Amino acid sequence: MSWFWIAVIVAATTAGELMAAAGMRRHGEIRDFRPGAVGRALALLARNRFVIGYVAAMAVSFFAYEGLLAISDLSFAVPATAVTCTLETVLARYILKERVNAMRWVGASLVVLGVALVAR
Amino acid sequence: MSEPRRLRTKTWICGTVVVLSNVLGNFFMKRGLPASLDSPFEYIAALFRPEVSLGVALLILWMLSRMTLLSWADLSYVVPVTSIGYVLVALMGRIFLDERITARNWLGIALIVAGVSLVGLGTPQTAHGKTAGAER
Repeated sequence: MSWFWIAVIVAATTAGELMAAAGMRRHGEIRDFRPGAVGRALALLARNRFVIGYVAAMAVSFFAYEGLLAISDLSFAVPATAVTCTLETVLARYILKERVNAMRWVGASLVVLGVALVAR
Repeated sequence: MSEPRRLRTKTWICGTVVVLSNVLGNFFMKRGLPASLDSPFEYIAALFRPEVSLGVALLILWMLSRMTLLSWADLSYVVPVTSIGYVLVALMGRIFLDERITARNWLGIALIVAGVSLVGLGTPQTAHGKTAGAER
């Protein structure tokens, strides 16, 4: 059952974060952190379909994560879902057209390898 | 302050909020959740436990701060850099839950720190250069 929850979490998180990155890029850099400006930004983001998709995907991921945490240790649950790191880097390169240089590839690979070793 | 320096400072502040809210949110969720959840009603009821509520609030902060960070930083930068959270989870398990960290775990922690440092040294932004801020 753990692996079912992990598959749901990885799929939902990866899709969600890609949508968040696309939606926030479309919105533009947030520079003003005064309460009024933050409120206006949230109102704009609430109408951004990528952000709506992100929130929906993360809600699925959240409930799946709650299910996973109920049957697994935190030290297993968190690292096991770290495969999203690789998937998101690859998809950021090919879908979001980010310029992923050698340092980012090596860095992301070291992180995934490290997470595999930290996992019990 | 120069533009690259401003962006770097802002990235580190926001990145710290992203990492801490995620690690602490997950920690309180795990502490507050019951041993088993058998029905949808139990899922909903669990949200009203104080530690789970605090965990949920921190995870909402995590989501908003991560979205803010993604408004100027690349996803391929944000994902590896915020992975330092895995190290904090392991250390919190050691400190608060009395979990053992083996030599293999320490090697993993060293690799994560190396990976995060490598990505963190680079620029956070490659594909966002021409974005038009909606609230500028």
